[in-house]
Amino acid sequence: MNAWYSVFAALFIVLFLTLVSLIGVGPVGAKGIFGIYIPYLAAVVFFVGIVVRIIQWAKVPVPFNICTTGGQGKSLPWIKNDNLDCPHNTWGVIGRMFLEVFLFRSLFRNTKAQLGQGAKLTFASAKWLWLFGILFHYSFLTIVLRHLRFFTEPMPSFVQWISYFDGFFELLLPTVFLTDIVFLLAAGYLFLRRVVIPQIRYLSLPSDYFALFLILAIGISGVLMRQVWKVDLLQVKELALGLASFRPAIPQGIGDIFYIHLFLVCCLAVYFPFSKLMHAPGVFFSPTRNLANNNRMVRHINPWNYPVKVHTYEEYEDEYREKMKAVGLPVDKE
Amino acid sequence: MYNSGKVIIGIIIFLAVFALPIWYNRGAAVVPPKLELPKDEKQCVEATAYMKASHMEMLDTWRNSVVRDGARVYVSTTGKTYNMSLQNTCLACHKTKEKFCDRCHNYLDVAPDCWDCHIAPEVKLTGRTK
Amino acid sequence: MELHELPKPEDLVKDVKYRKLPEKPWMQEPVDFKPGTYNYPALAKNLKKVHMPNPREWHVDQQDWHLPDDWQEIILKGFKDRLEKYRSFRLFMDICVRCGACADKCHFFLGGGDPKNMPVLRAELIRSVYRNDFTTVGRLLGNLAGGRKLTLPVLKEWFYYFFQCSECRRCSVFCPYGIDTAEVTMIGRELLNLVGLNINWVMEPVANCFMTGNHLGIPPHGLVENWEFMQDDIEEITGIKVNLPINKKGAEILFVVPSGDYFADPGSYTFMGYLAVLHEIGLDYTWSTYASEGGNFGLFTSHEMIKRLNAKIYAEAKRLKVKWILGGECGHMWRVIHQYMDTMNGPADFLEEPVSPITGTKFENAKGTKMVHIAEFTSDLIRHGKLNLDPSRNDHIRVTYHDSCNPARAVGLFEEPRDIIRTVCKNFYEMPEDSIREKTYCCAGGAGLGNDENMEMRMRGGLPRANAVRYVRDQRGVNRLLCMCAIDRATLSTMMEYWAPDVSVGGIHELVANALIMKGEKKRTVDFRGEPIPGVEPDEEEE
Repeated sequence: MNAWYSVFAALFIVLFLTLVSLIGVGPVGAKGIFGIYIPYLAAVVFFVGIVVRIIQWAKVPVPFNICTTGGQGKSLPWIKNDNLDCPHNTWGVIGRMFLEVFLFRSLFRNTKAQLGQGAKLTFASAKWLWLFGILFHYSFLTIVLRHLRFFTEPMPSFVQWISYFDGFFELLLPTVFLTDIVFLLAAGYLFLRRVVIPQIRYLSLPSDYFALFLILAIGISGVLMRQVWKVDLLQVKELALGLASFRPAIPQGIGDIFYIHLFLVCCLAVYFPFSKLMHAPGVFFSPTRNLANNNRMVRHINPWNYPVKVHTYEEYEDEYREKMKAVGLPVDKE
Repeated sequence: MYNSGKVIIGIIIFLAVFALPIWYNRGAAVVPPKLELPKDEKQCVEATAYMKASHMEMLDTWRNSVVRDGARVYVSTTGKTYNMSLQNTCLACHKTKEKFCDRCHNYLDVAPDCWDCHIAPEVKLTGRTK
Repeated sequence: MELHELPKPEDLVKDVKYRKLPEKPWMQEPVDFKPGTYNYPALAKNLKKVHMPNPREWHVDQQDWHLPDDWQEIILKGFKDRLEKYRSFRLFMDICVRCGACADKCHFFLGGGDPKNMPVLRAELIRSVYRNDFTTVGRLLGNLAGGRKLTLPVLKEWFYYFFQCSECRRCSVFCPYGIDTAEVTMIGRELLNLVGLNINWVMEPVANCFMTGNHLGIPPHGLVENWEFMQDDIEEITGIKVNLPINKKGAEILFVVPSGDYFADPGSYTFMGYLAVLHEIGLDYTWSTYASEGGNFGLFTSHEMIKRLNAKIYAEAKRLKVKWILGGECGHMWRVIHQYMDTMNGPADFLEEPVSPITGTKFENAKGTKMVHIAEFTSDLIRHGKLNLDPSRNDHIRVTYHDSCNPARAVGLFEEPRDIIRTVCKNFYEMPEDSIREKTYCCAGGAGLGNDENMEMRMRGGLPRANAVRYVRDQRGVNRLLCMCAIDRATLSTMMEYWAPDVSVGGIHELVANALIMKGEKKRTVDFRGEPIPGVEPDEEEE
């Protein structure tokens, strides 16, 4: 698939979705559909979809322990075991998974290879992907948590603290949240590297761009709503709490931009279980990371282990008995 | 299902965290705060919708105009003139900030810094609204 | 293809540009079978010996591969079957985000520049079919969702690229989700096997190993002659006739090594090294002719074949009534022993938890499988001072150490070999950090790819490893590349000849034996290669 075709196909779909909501709540005026039915539907697809996918994975056995060892394994008592990169027990596995999930340990190892004159290969540290990856995910998380102010009453204090620190510099009015900027920059970087780095452009699929564009569109519509086309937050919270307490009602007078933002979020929620975004729960299932390198200590059970045809010693001796005897090898049957 | 113990715990944690909005309020209907409106004045400086969404920007403009240029007269879109003053104009109608400003700000976790400098009438210095 | 038919080393990769990619999208670029970069098909006789489907004569460069009529059905059915059996496979099909962190981690990409050798794209070859046939979105949107039909060109692409992956798992170290291309390649090859697409360099060792117990098909009497020959060589070098117990019932330990160690130099020096060390400590052990192969090309065929070939080791241990098993210096063998053997052919409840009879050390880490790596065993001997060593006999050798892929990324065996090397040789220099330990580079000849017809690809894939060796050769005067893998010893020798002349390749126990002062030995004038030790003059009287 042509790279630019992929980019534009994805862009087109996201613009189309935006347009759908714009027309849907504007001229058509179907605020009930976009404010109540679609969010509920999206939530159901999101939750059921993710749980079903997880169960699908869990139904498949892990026949072998194929841990990828990234450090010294546990062996002789005087040799130091690297229990985080090569865990031999559950604590080690927990530590390794923690580093992987929260700090992107493996991505931190990234290097960049360069081939120079005279077939000289050199390696340089390449941590940009790690840095922007981690910025992207953590700002996404912060933004999601900040949105709890619309869903809780009274608000948990951690939500207030997050907003307080996120708006610490009190730039502009209403205060610009730092994570909003970081989020857009990081998602923008992830997009740019896909089109700028030739290898990544070559292997990217429309779905890679789609996820990024959708997330960017959500971010941009959110920032526009906060800074430019402001909406009545009192009513937004009324809608959110209504949805959360299953007493949905559409308050009058929330601006259309809100419904666009909400609809794009719903699209992301619906898309999530069917896409590569499932890497989030998936990383917990990865057998190269979540198993201890204790293979020779503890037997790993393969539930479908079945008997196979082997060539037995008896068959072997039958074939070679005389010759074995001739060179003085002991035989079982004379 | 294999490793069902761990998988089920994982699913429960996922659902519990993501369903926080549902269980946090325990399904209770939250009554949105009622803002106490002035009894003797029906019309604010600008239209209500505009005031709801953009009052912070107007106050910011007022502050800059007064503090930097000493210009205190605001002409509204309807042609009426107002004295640019939080305490003397806004709070003249909205008499208690606790029953007007704070109710909405607290509800939505907004912490304006108006009261870092201004002292609200009838109230001793309380610092931030929260 | 012979080495001399290749362009000069500095010219081989001069056209490789990582950032220059084909104009055409990868899904539309058919594979080009260039001589020197692919492997010859398996001979029918080898498939028949191990009862595998569709044995026939066919040629890679001919249009018709003589596939069964319903080959698509067979593969898709096998695909579904494996999605239901391997969580790894299912997950690796689902969760890749194509971040590209793995792209320049593959030695074949680094030396060849073919974008389909970026691990992510190698997996996409099969993932695209998965999306098309096994996911909702793919069924609905097809190409737009990154799906494509399983057509003959796709199948040919699979054959080319799954036999251009040496299952070294380096990409898996860098993947944020631990996606292991070796696993994808293994399943990909299993699927190809279902319709009779396999390579001879894998299937001949498999067939031989199945019937005779070793890759080379050496019958028992042949082994005895071969091994006695090496016994004689040791006697010539040291003056001592070492023990050579074969098929000895009731021995304490069964010793299994890769057949590469007794088939050709420089592996044979390692084999002689084992014999010398085990004799000197007086170990009660035995060799086996039936289980005369530690290597397991089943790993490059199918999970079932791993099990069929590996079964011999436990069976022989049981028959000979040994207490536990010792394993030699081999790479992929140790992936099988460490990660598959107990699960497939265990539990080894007829054996005892391994204890070194010389030092009394309990090998806790092997208490389940009951098989100990010779590097663990020997480093324990050294730690307890059980070997009388004179490292100065290795002064003429300046070594660096190549971590073989599987001991590094599937076992985590890093310190034991280094402990041994530091003790037996004073001149040990590590290669640059990005090319050792868990980041080690493959010899590019693993997983059945170390054959002559694939020479160009091997030399290309060998660039990253050779590049690091050249560095220590030029900076530190290194003249010996040590490794703990029989495939390494065979393929790295060729690779050094091409990329880094003046560096020889060998195993660790060869150096141990060089340094080992054996009781009653004669004055050593030559090392285990039969080469004179510089500065040591032969005594006149003994001549």
